[in-house]
Amino acid sequence: MSEPTHHEQHIVSPKLYGVIFLLLMICTALTVGASYLELGTFNAVVALGIAIFKATIVVLFFMHVKYSSKLTKLTVAAGFFTFCVLLAMTLTDYMSRAWGRW
Amino acid sequence: MDSQAIATHPDHTHAGHEHPPYLRHHFATVEQQRETSSFGMWLFLLTEIMFFGGMFAAYMIYRNWYYPAFVAGSHQLSIVLGTINTAVLICSSFTMAMGVYSAEMRRKSALVMWLLATIVLGVVFLGIKADEYHEKWEKHHVPGLNFSVQDFVRVNPAYPEDKALPLDMAEKTQVYFSLYFAMTGMHALHMIIGISILIGLVIKAQAGAYTQGHMTTIENFGLYWHFVDIVWIFLFPLLYLISRHQ
Repeated sequence: MSEPTHHEQHIVSPKLYGVIFLLLMICTALTVGASYLELGTFNAVVALGIAIFKATIVVLFFMHVKYSSKLTKLTVAAGFFTFCVLLAMTLTDYMSRAWGRW
Repeated sequence: MDSQAIATHPDHTHAGHEHPPYLRHHFATVEQQRETSSFGMWLFLLTEIMFFGGMFAAYMIYRNWYYPAFVAGSHQLSIVLGTINTAVLICSSFTMAMGVYSAEMRRKSALVMWLLATIVLGVVFLGIKADEYHEKWEKHHVPGLNFSVQDFVRVNPAYPEDKALPLDMAEKTQVYFSLYFAMTGMHALHMIIGISILIGLVIKAQAGAYTQGHMTTIENFGLYWHFVDIVWIFLFPLLYLISRHQ
C-alpha cells in the first residue's frame, strides 16, 4: 500500500488572522479612495489589482492554502487557470469578430 | 452522514486496530480523510468559480459594448453602502477564520460565539443589500419588473458633469442592472445558504460536535464562506467603483 498523502494540520495564529483582516480593510479603503481619482483606464487596473491582491491573501491565509498540500495548491491553481481560459477564449472570439471596433 | 453512522456503529468489531471514532473505514489515516474532504470541497469551489465566472465574462463583454450605459448605471449605486457592506463581509470572514481557530483549539464556547458573530454580520450584509434593492425598486431600475429609462435620458444631479444618454444607450442600462441583480442576487443567495448552514453548525457546535478533534465540517464551511467573500471582493469594484467619474 502506498503512503497516504501527508497533510499535517497547521494552525494559523489569531495574530496572523488579525494582520490579514487589517490588510483587507486598508485595501478596501485604498480601492474606494482610488475610485475618486481620475486615472482613465488605470481606474480599472488599480481596482482589479487591489481586488486580486485581497483575494490572494484571503486564499493563502484565511483559506490556509499557503499551508496546504501540493494537491490543494494544484487544485486552486487549476481553478484560477480555467477561469483565465474562460475569459481569454471569450475575449479572443469577441475581439476578432469586431476587429478594430473596440 | 451514513458513513459516519457506520464508522461509529457499536456492533462493529474493532479487533486489531484502534482509531478515533470519526475516522471512516475507507480511509487509512485521519490525515488522509482530512485531505480527501478538503480536496472535495475545493473541487466544489472550482465549479463555483466557473459558475460566477460565466457572469463575470458576460459583464466584461457588455461593459465593453455599452460602456456609457454601464457608467450611468454604476452612478446609481451608493459607494457608501457598498463600502460598508464590503467591510461587514471582511469582518465576517475574520470571525469565521477565528471560528476555525477556536475549533482547532477545542474551545466550544468561543467557537459558538464566533459562528454567531458570523451569522449576525451575514444578516447585516443582507439587510443593507435589501435596502439597496428596495431603493432600485423605488427608482424604477429593476429590468423586467418596473424599469424606466427616465433617470438616464437626463443629467444625473449627483453627477452634473455626466452627459444625458441618448435613448438607445439609456435602454442598455437595463443590461447593467440585469447583471447587477444577477450577480449580487446569486451572491446574496450564497449568503442565505451559508447563514442557513451556519445555524445548523451553531446547534451542533453547542452539542460539542466540532471540538473533540474532528472539525472538517467547520474547516470546509470556512472555505465556502471565504469564497463567497472573494466573489464580493470582485463584485464591489466592478459594479460600484471602476466606472466612476469617467
